[in-house]
Amino acid sequence: MRHALNVAIGPVSFRVGSAWRSPVAALAGLYRDYPAPADEVCDFTVRLEPEKPWRRWLRPSVAIHGDYMLPDAAPLSLAHGLLAAEMGMNLQMALGQKRFLLLHAATVERGGRAVILTGESGAGKSTLAALLGERGWRLMGDEFALLDCESGMLHPFPRAISLKNGSIEVMRKVAGEGRLGPVLEGTPKGTIRHLKPRPEAIARMTEPARPALILFPRFGADRAMRPVGAAEVFVRLTQASTNYVALASRGFDSLSGLVATCPAMAIDYPDADTAISLVEALFRELPQ
Amino acid sequence: MSRLLARILADPSACRGLEAAQWTALVTAARAESLLGSLAFRLEGEPGLPAKVVQILEAARWDSEQARTQALWEAEMARRALAGTGAPVILLKGTAIVAAGLDAGRGRSIGDLDILVPHERLDDVQRSLLEAGWEWVKEDSYDDLYYRRWMHELPPLIHRTRDRMIDVHHTILPPTARPRPDAAALIAASVALESGLRTLSPEDMVVHSAAHLFADGDLAGGLRNLWDIDRMLREFAARDPGFWPRLAERARLHQLRPTVARALRLARALYATPVDPALAGRPRLSDRFFEARLLARNGWGQPTRRALRFAFYLRSHWMRMPPLMLARHLWTKATR
Repeated sequence: MRHALNVAIGPVSFRVGSAWRSPVAALAGLYRDYPAPADEVCDFTVRLEPEKPWRRWLRPSVAIHGDYMLPDAAPLSLAHGLLAAEMGMNLQMALGQKRFLLLHAATVERGGRAVILTGESGAGKSTLAALLGERGWRLMGDEFALLDCESGMLHPFPRAISLKNGSIEVMRKVAGEGRLGPVLEGTPKGTIRHLKPRPEAIARMTEPARPALILFPRFGADRAMRPVGAAEVFVRLTQASTNYVALASRGFDSLSGLVATCPAMAIDYPDADTAISLVEALFRELPQ
Repeated sequence: MSRLLARILADPSACRGLEAAQWTALVTAARAESLLGSLAFRLEGEPGLPAKVVQILEAARWDSEQARTQALWEAEMARRALAGTGAPVILLKGTAIVAAGLDAGRGRSIGDLDILVPHERLDDVQRSLLEAGWEWVKEDSYDDLYYRRWMHELPPLIHRTRDRMIDVHHTILPPTARPRPDAAALIAASVALESGLRTLSPEDMVVHSAAHLFADGDLAGGLRNLWDIDRMLREFAARDPGFWPRLAERARLHQLRPTVARALRLARALYATPVDPALAGRPRLSDRFFEARLLARNGWGQPTRRALRFAFYLRSHWMRMPPLMLARHLWTKATR
């Protein structure tokens, strides 16, 4: 393809090819500080290309193709090429990742122990993880937690954090303008801006951590918490996994191992400070 | 890149010295041709592979083991659903290959379940499948009528809860195609498996693969189907010295001798398959087009040679129907 870039995020590497320059240029800007996998074999290939040849020039529209594809995914406008690249990489993970059990969850780490934040889209886990990442935690990832089926360890996937709508301003105040990517307005998910993780999170992106706590955060309710029983945790995590069924017995074994060893709590919070204090308190109470 | 993929499948040592970017392209092309699992088994134990390649191939082997388990389970589900009909149920294509434990099944990707049953038992079979939870995929009445009058299979059915498709065949080529395979002979020569399900005889399996690849369809995914043929020819010929003459005999019986000959020549060209030269016959100029079509994919996984692909697409329709019927069919599809 005319324009191409290799990107490594944690233990996974992508080759992103594009018929246009701008998506690859934007991606290169966002991942400039990541270790370059120039000499590495890539796990997955993403192609950003016109659905029909003339759509390269005429009302350009970016179809998201690659090793794994959704047959009826809607193309994006060229202005949203960076989002297309991100969606293409997520799609490879969701459909093609077979080495790790993939949980749709954010992860933060401290002292070698990881906290998994999972919940439905819009529960606030991405923003909460980003905030924790600015307050002494290592951000391991805002989108996917990678559970190693053999060792039970969590591997980081610290891609650039995809901030949406209101959380953009929240994070701009905390992290500053310098680490934010371009503003993508009018996407199917509203306004999006990407936040580069802190340098430490990127430098340690191949360093796994032992899972220690599972949280189900929910934004918008009064401060509350309740323990979640193992059966409920298990079922909710199967729903949060994109490849649980595909991994068959390996998926079952690693997920039951995780649920058996980690306490789990549901936490409700009206604002970010409450959420952070809840996470800190629960983490402190964990047996050493 | 497809040519390199074919060469490495045939001779794994050809991967030595590949650079990182070539490995990425090879993996992508193999995924696009549904051959990554097969490649993973071929390269198992190959020394000096880059660490990342080892990881990718290991995951591909796990994945194809899982595909195999699922395909065999789906076959078992069909066996239970159809046990009451008393009809012989003959597995075809990928499921047959793994159920028979053939070399070609190592790492093979498997999509739908394909079975062959006697034509006169179609109504019973259809009723039993519908009772056991399978449903029609296409509701369109033209499609339905088209399948029933002119195809070698029922319209596709999908299982309500397992979400897996089944294609029920009564012969191996559409009745409108020029060659007329002998469906009764296919069934009579079929071989029982331990489960009670059946597969075609080894010779008929090769004939069917060749027919499916070269006499029906536009060669999409053909590199994988030709790989099946390569593996089967090697395994069957090594097992039994009488294989080649019997293959010639069955190919003639099913009116598919030129098709089988073409399959042998292309397997030899792409995978260095040892074949019976008399049955393969003299190379033909058109073999070059078939070879180019089979290799029409680049290292980004993109299809290439657009015009050639389109020509083979037209050919697939031309072979399937007489001209007047083809015109009517295309008209209906274009205007509905």
